Amino acid sequence: MSNSVSSVSPWQQEWEVVIGLEIHAQLATRTKIFSGAATAYGAEPNTQACAVDLGLPGVLPVLNGEVARMAVKFGLATGARIAPRSVFARKNYFYPDLPKGYQISQYELPIVGQGSIQIELDDGVTKTIGITRAHLEEDAGKSLHEDFHGLTGIDLNRAGTPLLEIVSEPDMRSAKEAVAYMKKIHSLVRYLEICDGNMQEGSFRCDANVSVRPKGREKFGTRAEIKNINSFRFVEKAINYEVERQIELLESGGTVVQETRLYDADKDETRSMRSKEEAFDYRYFPDPDLLPLDVDEAFIAEVRRTLPELPDEKRERFVYQYGLTPYDASVLTASRELADFFEAVEKASDGEAKQSANWVMGDLSAALNKANLDIANSPVTAQMLGGMIQRIADDTISGKIAKEVFEAMWNGEGDADAIIEKKGLKQVTDTGAIEQAIDAVIANNPKQLEQYRSGQEKLFGFFVGQAMKATQGKANPALLNELLKKKLSS
Amino acid sequence: MLHNKTIAELSADLHAGEYSSEHLTRAFLARIEQFNPQLNALVTVTAEQALADARVADARLKAGTAGPLTGIPLVQKDIFCTKGVKTSCGSRMLDNFIAPYDATTVTKLKDAGMVMVGKSNMDEFAMGSSNETSFYGPVKNPWDTAAVPGGSSGGSAAAVAARLAPVATGTDTGGSIRQPAALCGITGIKPTYGRVSRYGMIAFASSLDQGGPMARTAEDCALVLGAMAGFDERDSTSVDMPVPDYRATLNDSIQGLKIGLPKEYFGEGLDAQVAQVIEDAIKQYRTLGAEVVEISLPNTQLAVPTYYVVAPAECSSNLSRFDGVRFGYRCENPHDLLDLYKRSRGEGFGPEVKRRIMIGTYALSAGYYDAYYIKAQQLRRLISDDFIQAFKQVDVIMGPTSPTVAFNIGEKVADPVTMYLSDIYTIAVNLAGLPGMSIPAGFVGKRPVGLQLIGNYFAEARLLNVAHKYQQATDWHDRVPEGF
Repeated sequence: MSNSVSSVSPWQQEWEVVIGLEIHAQLATRTKIFSGAATAYGAEPNTQACAVDLGLPGVLPVLNGEVARMAVKFGLATGARIAPRSVFARKNYFYPDLPKGYQISQYELPIVGQGSIQIELDDGVTKTIGITRAHLEEDAGKSLHEDFHGLTGIDLNRAGTPLLEIVSEPDMRSAKEAVAYMKKIHSLVRYLEICDGNMQEGSFRCDANVSVRPKGREKFGTRAEIKNINSFRFVEKAINYEVERQIELLESGGTVVQETRLYDADKDETRSMRSKEEAFDYRYFPDPDLLPLDVDEAFIAEVRRTLPELPDEKRERFVYQYGLTPYDASVLTASRELADFFEAVEKASDGEAKQSANWVMGDLSAALNKANLDIANSPVTAQMLGGMIQRIADDTISGKIAKEVFEAMWNGEGDADAIIEKKGLKQVTDTGAIEQAIDAVIANNPKQLEQYRSGQEKLFGFFVGQAMKATQGKANPALLNELLKKKLSS
Repeated sequence: MLHNKTIAELSADLHAGEYSSEHLTRAFLARIEQFNPQLNALVTVTAEQALADARVADARLKAGTAGPLTGIPLVQKDIFCTKGVKTSCGSRMLDNFIAPYDATTVTKLKDAGMVMVGKSNMDEFAMGSSNETSFYGPVKNPWDTAAVPGGSSGGSAAAVAARLAPVATGTDTGGSIRQPAALCGITGIKPTYGRVSRYGMIAFASSLDQGGPMARTAEDCALVLGAMAGFDERDSTSVDMPVPDYRATLNDSIQGLKIGLPKEYFGEGLDAQVAQVIEDAIKQYRTLGAEVVEISLPNTQLAVPTYYVVAPAECSSNLSRFDGVRFGYRCENPHDLLDLYKRSRGEGFGPEVKRRIMIGTYALSAGYYDAYYIKAQQLRRLISDDFIQAFKQVDVIMGPTSPTVAFNIGEKVADPVTMYLSDIYTIAVNLAGLPGMSIPAGFVGKRPVGLQLIGNYFAEARLLNVAHKYQQATDWHDRVPEGF
């Protein structure tokens, strides 16, 4: 495995990388784009394909109106112009999993025109990435090459699933930017609830157009298109591999040919699928079975009213409303579910925003990751976490004890108050009790006391530890420190 | 003679209990058995199912829940999908295809109580004007068995002319209802594009195809069209407009009706004897109180070349689904995918279909699209505009349906362009999406001549009315071919 491009590679001084992405987001409709068959994933092969999906003689497509609403949502969220009239066209080619011998797509007149989004780079700088267009189309079925003894199986369950193809401008200059862009679109379509974003099931995937040019030159180099990449990690690796390949080729006196390439994740390499000469002539023309899709101002206004708060707006609000750092706000708004969870915790904690953010991003996220759970399936609810944070805030427990409480909540032992009560974890703030413990520790460690008093002040920590131990960790740490200091120096 | 009665007459008899639908159905099945071998008009006969359906119709008639079409035998063009029944579209490609669903019009006519007795022969995938491109061999014209019946709905036209059924369905992409109706001396109407659902009607050229009835009289066409027409949510191009009672206005006066005669339809290429028959028919209309004016449709000469870009372009894409993968013909022992495609399509399609797929593929190809497809769309607009202008002056346009009477079988097979020109008067109507009709208006020798009536958008009721008035005054539609 070549983890290809290191941070200071010599070519970075000489070459500039140019990347554009075509993202396919599967729209989260219940039925297909042109038929009434269900879109649910994972059914037995060919059980979710009706006569229309099978392309039987005589059948006709009828547009599922929901897809127009979803496309308009995306367009509004990216500041794009919504086309008052868009047209479905046929893209003609033969393939066994393409039942009609053509794919219905939008070609010359897409529903969503030019828009843009902002991405945040590692150095905190934001960059605008242009979106050329987004158009509606149907997905093809799947060809299954295994288990058929040299034959190919065809599963048409996916045929006719609605897709929104989001085409970016060639605005990205590194694999990292491409990933940041893809993540941003991923977050956006999930915020908008138009795509479930499930990359393993292929609900969100992309083609990457990659080229390189000598720094300072305006003209783009010849590009290769890497098809069908379905994870953020693979996007980064595929692009990096492809960039190295192209630069090596150019530096050794070769030329890049325009072609379609496939990324092989097992070998971490891209290989040629077909060259420009072999490229299909798709013979696009308007589909005579479908009327043009007309979208009027009233419809757009109606969709606009249903738009949720978008990630960028939410991030800004988190900064000014909760006083979070821009970084924390970014992390928490990366998904709508996480942001909603944070806000619920904050509310339940009675306004402990910083603590809420720390717990959600820290212990909770770590535990979820470890258990491979979504926030929606967290055993610790926002209500429970907020309740625990309240107990930290009112000094019932210390931050350290809270970790124990959190773990108990995670293991289903009840809410924070019940656990504190049951396990006797209530913080000791009774001065007398703490003093008693300190006195005992001092009495039991005369040698250390002498050393401390003779100037070995680092032994203070030893006494804190012993005293804390004596209170089973329940002593209020600030109070303990204060009292201990007094006793040791008296 | 039952088989010489119109639907209107048969329906009255059925409702009066003169005889049963089963009896009627048996009578037509007997005629099919007797005459179909020489005509080759039907490719499938559904006798058993027909008799079962007839008995259901009889129960409805008895129960008093029958409509005007209940129990009336019907032939479906083999382009309409019929559940459980072979739907071949005249092609080897679909010789093994049993449709798993009914076309919307099939359902509608079933619901109206009609009894399907069989499915009619046709030009392969409706591509042809003579019924000679059918995988099942040519259909003979009952008026002269040396002659073609026209096409592509030639089997339907011959079946109705030979009294094998009182009515048949047809489809019309460039004249495929009107031209065979003319050549077989019957009445046929192609409705406005969008009036009749295309769902389940195997597509040739989607923006032009339209189904309609073929019967002996305008009144029968009115009855059946009323049952076929209407909005269908499964067809995005069907129009959501109420269907009028076409029969109710059949007898409306045509006093003062303005008939336009396009001068372009009476020029070079029109057979002189056909022209004479058409002039006589126009004279008849004058007698009935109509006014006749000459009009111009200046872009008429562009219709055939425009059509032969648009229709092949759409068909080249529509017929891509016939790839040997999921249904229909598959070649034997394909050694790889490309071989499967090439041989299945090469062996499954006949020469006319291949010719049109190649023309259409060419017209849509990169570098030619603008010069052919886009240009054709522009011309289509000009052709439509001609009609829109004309209908500002006149109520109905009339002229010959076909420039000649039926030609001989084999006569034009070797010369596709001459064949294409036989649709010169019908094609523009499809390009404009207008309703058109053909009614029997006389003969040249033994062979019938059709008068074409073209109406404004959704003016089917007016066309049927104008046709009916003529048929009240003439008897061309009642003539029976000798021997039938």
